[in-house]
Amino acid sequence: MSFKSEDLLRQEAIQILTGLNGTELKIKDKMKIPLQEMPSQDPEIRRNNMQEVALGYTKEQARVEALRCLDCKTKPCIKGCPVAIDIPGFIMAIAKDDLHKSMAVLNEATLLPAICGRVCPQEKQCQAFCTLGKSLKDPGKAVSIGRLERYIADWARRNSLDTLPEIAPETGKKVAVIGSGPAGLSCAADLRRAGHKVTIYEALHKTGGVMVYGIPEFRLPKAIVEKEINRLERMGVEIRTDCLVSKTKTIDDLLNKDKYDALFIGSGAGLPRFLKLEGENLIGVFSANEYLTRSNLMRAYDDQKAATPLYRGDKVAVLGGGNVAMDSARTAIRLGSKEVHLIYRRSEAELPARLEEIEHAKEEGVIFHFLKAPKSIKGNEKGRVIGLETLDCILGEPDDSGRRRPVIQEDSARIMDMDVVIIAIGNDSNPLIKQTTPDLETNKWGNIIADENCKTSMEKVWAGGDIVLGAATVILAMGQGRTAAASINKYLS
Amino acid sequence: MYKIIEKTQLADKIYRMEIEAPDIVKNRKPGQFIILQVEETYGERIPLTMADANPEKGTITIIFQTVGQTTLLLEKKEAGDLLPHLLGPLGKPTHIRKVGTVVCVGGGIGIAPLYPIARAMKEIGNRVIVINGARSRDLVILKDEIDAFADEQIVCTDDGSFGRKGVVTIPLKELCEQGNIDEVIAIGPPIMMKFCAATTLPYKVPTVVSLNTIMVDGTGMCGGCRVTVGGQTKFVCVDGPEFDGHQVDFENMMLRLGAYKEHEEKAAHKCKINSR
Repeated sequence: MSFKSEDLLRQEAIQILTGLNGTELKIKDKMKIPLQEMPSQDPEIRRNNMQEVALGYTKEQARVEALRCLDCKTKPCIKGCPVAIDIPGFIMAIAKDDLHKSMAVLNEATLLPAICGRVCPQEKQCQAFCTLGKSLKDPGKAVSIGRLERYIADWARRNSLDTLPEIAPETGKKVAVIGSGPAGLSCAADLRRAGHKVTIYEALHKTGGVMVYGIPEFRLPKAIVEKEINRLERMGVEIRTDCLVSKTKTIDDLLNKDKYDALFIGSGAGLPRFLKLEGENLIGVFSANEYLTRSNLMRAYDDQKAATPLYRGDKVAVLGGGNVAMDSARTAIRLGSKEVHLIYRRSEAELPARLEEIEHAKEEGVIFHFLKAPKSIKGNEKGRVIGLETLDCILGEPDDSGRRRPVIQEDSARIMDMDVVIIAIGNDSNPLIKQTTPDLETNKWGNIIADENCKTSMEKVWAGGDIVLGAATVILAMGQGRTAAASINKYLS
Repeated sequence: MYKIIEKTQLADKIYRMEIEAPDIVKNRKPGQFIILQVEETYGERIPLTMADANPEKGTITIIFQTVGQTTLLLEKKEAGDLLPHLLGPLGKPTHIRKVGTVVCVGGGIGIAPLYPIARAMKEIGNRVIVINGARSRDLVILKDEIDAFADEQIVCTDDGSFGRKGVVTIPLKELCEQGNIDEVIAIGPPIMMKFCAATTLPYKVPTVVSLNTIMVDGTGMCGGCRVTVGGQTKFVCVDGPEFDGHQVDFENMMLRLGAYKEHEEKAAHKCKINSR
């Protein structure tokens, strides 16, 4: 795909709009309108900066893309959205140039449209069900719902129209929310709207959870997350950082000493998985969490200002194929690594990352190695990484996840020169709350067990997001936060 | 924000600070640590041990040595100044129980976290012998405080300027020879802990060491603090900081502690130039 500048994409959109000339569009006309590409920073430029890659639709592009929506009767996209946004509703408003209405529709269902428009895996959710995509026999040509959601959220933010929702009269009830990631924030918002006193407890020094420590600036600008959190504070939600629930305060302290009427645990996954490979504790081997936390949360990418160091290498291997692996690889590119290799056990078709992230990573020069599994990490006498030993794989029968299982080919060992190895194969659940709250039931992986209302085995305690789901997505966590809030609101009324 | 209530210099580059942290005090137990940040936006998070806590006043006491960029900034803070971030208490507390005779070995700044552990071991009914090691006389800290409760305190200095001359493993070995030692707790520089563990191994005396590896969040999220213990990877922040000294791979741990040496040297250099 050749790179098109923002201006060129805008000109093309203007031409399309002129061609349509305000005529009443029939379904077959709509089907002919080309999908609007997301304008982005030139790959050659962006690989040297941390600024956001995707620039967002221009006004004209948003309008053209919105006109592609067939406004079909069945609205299957809504079923694909974990928070059930009235998708055709907000898109048709854009088509009619009524952006205020569009924002109002979004506000009914989602708290964080600027964030979700950027990081949701839309191609696996709403867009996977889009009637247009189905009619064109190409799900990749579905209406770009995520981009339009982002467009409206950014427009509202730029014009300071992100007004505060209405807050019910004070109920006198108080609720503690543990963790300020997507689950905690969305839960806190809905609880506060119902008139409860809400306090969010965050272990780190900054709020936002994975949106701040994990997802890099170039994919989700921190200013956007800050703005959303600031909105919560203006709604009257209290936020306390530097409080690790389980250590600083236990669940028991919150319920019995601080007398909270209900609790929501959205503490995230937060315990990086390693591979038990030989050489895994050499210098230069990092969990993706550590690598990204240093760069994002601690701002180590800015080595002139940040006190936190980041280990830089010329040759970086990233093990894994999810969004976190892409984020790590693309961060390494931006930190000046000469070669960044992504090593994945299966084939390209099974990559779990969002399509857009994979494309961006390729454009930026990440070298993909499919059907390769790490065997060991080699080090020198100073304990530093010098190489990664890999084995070839072939795809076997599908496993429980439905993806074809990689089968290792013995005698295919090969060593690649590397200075840094980043392990991005996911997280286990953090054990701390479990250790200090024996009454809270967890499954064999340590995830908190919660029912369909996100209620746990403990009285007054709800939980959601990655601590329940295992490693999932921002939107699923948000959805659970809202489910829990609805259930807590009912319980407290 | 966390207010510094009092600051005292104990020795060259060694300071004691009492900091207001009412939430941390409530659940804090000997053996646990904190993570602190001196600068808000670009500051680094560093783990520091707690030497004491005062539940009535709602304060904790840290004793630190100026070794890098962040401790250099901390050194410049005075009573009344505020620290933007303080997280704790972190890690698992020391298993305080009655075992008989406990030898507590502290080297350098390691004597600070050892102090509340040794005191708690005494309070629960153990006979407690403290070996307090330092490079020289003016670097010996907490001697009087330890004398106040310990059954015996053996001070040793590398240069013999105070107490016995030589390293802590010499009296430790003698005590092991004499027998009747039920547990050893060693906290200090990695090399000291390594040799303490090697000293007690032939006598099969259970030996606990408290590790202070490089950390970022201190909550289990990053895994940067990981060490190999008994062939398995453990996280110092959530599984430790205390481990069986006979099982710790000190070689790997010491190498890992040097991961950012180049950066640290550069940063310390920059810091010193700026502070002139």
